[in-house]
Amino acid sequence: MARTLRIKDHWREQHLFASRLLVSIVIVLGLTGIVVGRLVQLQVGQYEYFSAQSSGNRIRVQPVPPIRGLILDRNGKVLAENTPSYQLEMTREQVPDMADTLRRLVTSGIVQEGDLPELKELIASRRSFDTVVVAERLTDEELAAFAVQRPHFPGLEIRARLGRSYPYGTAAAHVLGYVGGISADDKKILDPTEYAGTTHVGKISVERSFEGDLHGTSGHEDVVVNVHGRKMQVLDRVRSLPGRDIILTIDINAQLAADTALQGRRGAAVAIDPRNGEVLAFVSTPAFDPNAISAGLSRRAYLALQEDIDRPMFNRALRGQYPPGSTIKPMVALAALHYGVVTPERRVGCRGAYSLPGSSHRYRDWKPEGHGAVDLYTALEQSCDVYFYTVARDLGIERMGSFLTTFGLGDLTGLDIGGEQKGLVPSPAWKKKAFRRPADQVWFPGETVIAGIGQGYLLVTPLQLAHATATVAARGQRFQPTLLKGSRDPATGTIEYEAPKPLPPVPEQEAAHWDAIVEGMHGVMQGARGTARAVGLNAPFQMAGKSGTAQVFSVGQNEKYNAKDVEERRRDHALFVAFAPLEAPRIAVAVVIENGESGSKAAAPIARAVMEAYLQGATPTPGTVVPAS
Amino acid sequence: MNTPSLGISLEPRSRVEQGLSARVLRFLHLDGWLLAGIGGVLLISMLALYSAEGQRLDELFDQVARMLVAFGAMLVMAQITPSWLRRGSALIYALGLVLLTLVLVTGDIGKGAQRWLDLGIRFQPSEIMKLGVPMTMCWLLHERPLPPSFGILLLVALVIFLPVGMIAIQPDLGTAILIVLSGAVVIFLAGLGWRYIIGIAALAGAAMPALWLVMHDYQRKRVLTLLDPQSDPLGAGYHIIQSKIAIGSGGVFGKGWLNGTQGQLEFLPERHTDFIFAVIGEEFGLLGALALLLLYLLIVGRGLYIAAAAPDTFSRLLAGSLSITFFFYVFVNTAMVMGMIPVVGVPLPLVSAGGTSMVTLMAGFGILMSIQTHRKLVAR
Repeated sequence: MARTLRIKDHWREQHLFASRLLVSIVIVLGLTGIVVGRLVQLQVGQYEYFSAQSSGNRIRVQPVPPIRGLILDRNGKVLAENTPSYQLEMTREQVPDMADTLRRLVTSGIVQEGDLPELKELIASRRSFDTVVVAERLTDEELAAFAVQRPHFPGLEIRARLGRSYPYGTAAAHVLGYVGGISADDKKILDPTEYAGTTHVGKISVERSFEGDLHGTSGHEDVVVNVHGRKMQVLDRVRSLPGRDIILTIDINAQLAADTALQGRRGAAVAIDPRNGEVLAFVSTPAFDPNAISAGLSRRAYLALQEDIDRPMFNRALRGQYPPGSTIKPMVALAALHYGVVTPERRVGCRGAYSLPGSSHRYRDWKPEGHGAVDLYTALEQSCDVYFYTVARDLGIERMGSFLTTFGLGDLTGLDIGGEQKGLVPSPAWKKKAFRRPADQVWFPGETVIAGIGQGYLLVTPLQLAHATATVAARGQRFQPTLLKGSRDPATGTIEYEAPKPLPPVPEQEAAHWDAIVEGMHGVMQGARGTARAVGLNAPFQMAGKSGTAQVFSVGQNEKYNAKDVEERRRDHALFVAFAPLEAPRIAVAVVIENGESGSKAAAPIARAVMEAYLQGATPTPGTVVPAS
Repeated sequence: MNTPSLGISLEPRSRVEQGLSARVLRFLHLDGWLLAGIGGVLLISMLALYSAEGQRLDELFDQVARMLVAFGAMLVMAQITPSWLRRGSALIYALGLVLLTLVLVTGDIGKGAQRWLDLGIRFQPSEIMKLGVPMTMCWLLHERPLPPSFGILLLVALVIFLPVGMIAIQPDLGTAILIVLSGAVVIFLAGLGWRYIIGIAALAGAAMPALWLVMHDYQRKRVLTLLDPQSDPLGAGYHIIQSKIAIGSGGVFGKGWLNGTQGQLEFLPERHTDFIFAVIGEEFGLLGALALLLLYLLIVGRGLYIAAAAPDTFSRLLAGSLSITFFFYVFVNTAMVMGMIPVVGVPLPLVSAGGTSMVTLMAGFGILMSIQTHRKLVAR
């Protein structure tokens, strides 16, 4: 080590050191001051902010979804309920030997060998304390098999989940609708806090329209979670309130009778209580299986439903629009009586066809040889077309159309489930608007003539037809059709009933006029020569009805109609309307069978079956009612 | 006495007043004030660690065992007289250099950096240099007139930057900076001219961009994160955000022992090591944090008092530098946890879990105690 040139000056060095020590002390205190200042800033100045941040970190609000309300029929039969389906769930961190557990699950048949890779991936993707569904919708056998072996499967748990189920399956599918996962569109209209924990929402029909009642009120749990999201502690719990039970006006016996009778057909049947507008049966066939849809369809199964040529997703009762055919005749007859165009006694000669003055075009009667001289009763009983051609022309389209609209035709009935079609009651004004070419905008007299027998532009839905028939049965009193009888508080069991909603009545006061058409309709079913007397035979009650056959396409002027030559889907639609009992009607029915050919043969038995099921409380047995065409 | 310049009486209390405990302390060459401060800090450490480690006693006992080992190291160092320490400085430094070389050649890799050496027990040789560098510098400056000449400055710069370079490429930037800091403190206390100090500070400022260029990506990220933690709230910014939430939500009185939600629910990362100060701030509040800082100040203050009272240049410089460097550890860690400087991986001295740094620190306190308790022997 080299010798230093300078001599150490101890006193001076100590003095220097002392001054440096003082500077150091100042620095130490200064930096300490900075640290303390920062502490005060964070813990005093920003305490509120960080306190909130800290709570936000650890407290999660977990929604507790409510239990969906039941749907019941008018007699309390359950139409939609929540049933537990059992699933096997695994919590990874509780499984001591994952590989061994999975292998034994495969050997016990609960998990398929082929599903194993996907399952392993699923397990790996979740946090160790999350539950993973290993197997869904376990059968009773699988459930029993697992229960026995349960001690050997730590970390696996059978858990019940509530799913929507519809005991009557397809029979009430179109009226009840179904539930499904909440879609992006649903989210736009649903309250996000109420639906935070809910997985399914009503998609169509009753399930959708009464969603607000059925859903209930969501509860929530405030839980403390750690950084991994694991629930550590429950701070607060607000119970959910189950949804209200919806009691429908539907009578499941009538519904089943209609559904059974319509099996294998494309058609619809709607039954309404004429005294209050309550819908007793509401069937559209073919239908979908609401249980399968609510449980979740595969994309392929869904597409198959959508693309089915018979359109099982299409609600024909609500949205199907058909020419009413001869079922319109009682209302046309009443219009004629109302405006004094005919009297019940006045006879019209029928020689099998009708021609407008100065025209050679022949409007044919369904009976080529003609009915002879017919009065109103016979015209209805035998469905004489020439009589109604004549009456229609004398009435004129304006008066006839406006009178038909007083029955609710051509407008929405206001049924509680949305999506109705309006149908159509044509008028010259309508035609002017509906067509673009001036030549088409002219109303032709011939169009009035065929409107008299429910052909041409006239369109009705089965629901409208049932409503109109109920109005006839109630002699002009109208009630808005409804599916809602009331709703029940699930906790107290108290039921709030809905009051009937009267609509403006048909402006016809003359009882004799109503008697005349009701008589004619009675004759259809129980008269000596009624078109549906075969169906009315041996009935335990008196009833009135009217058959209808609507052309799907027009037959040429001199062709003979031959059903065998016509492809099935181009055959005439068969319609029937009826009500009973005659003296004090409690049920009015409209039946439409697409391509059913004959109203009196195909549709009338269905109408009778529905009325009988409702009035007698008879449970129909499959295959007894409908004669194949 | 030839050290009256501070105007403080450096004469120990009259022997008549000394009780039994004082005599035991004297016999073991321990310093009561330092022991009291260290004991207080260790007590807080045990409380905080028990809370931060999920109330697991076995983890706590591990740390208590490390404390005992560190206490042993302190006891040993306290017995060695300052003159022997001075003579052994170069040896320690040389041993440190050899071990650092070994680390670079064969070292274990922990957390992405090569810092550990496994010689029966795993330890970081860079820790030795925390003592070796200042000791060697003080030894070099001991016999030379102060303030140091330019040639001596070059020599001590080499003493500093040879090991620092080896540590920096491990990479262990935090330790490297702390060693540079301890060296700087020695030179500062040695009376380095203000012109030099300003010059070096200016040079360091100018070197910042260059430093930026040689930094690893993760180090750059830490700096950027400090400036804006919210830019990456789940990544690099997460530590700072969560620790600020923990401290801030503690308020004045804290959430109570074992009740800190940020710590107990594991939102706070590294809560038993580098971020233990956040646990203390959350559970014991501003008052708890201030109490800890006061204990630290007691230790630092006593260390500076020992330095002021030290009889020779080596003891003076070493005692002063060890004390001030200790304070810098405290400052760097607390400032880092409160988001004032980048996350550099410096534990909170005596409080964070871990053995190596505590052994070094306690050995340093042993040196301070040796300087204090052997003073009269030297002086006479």
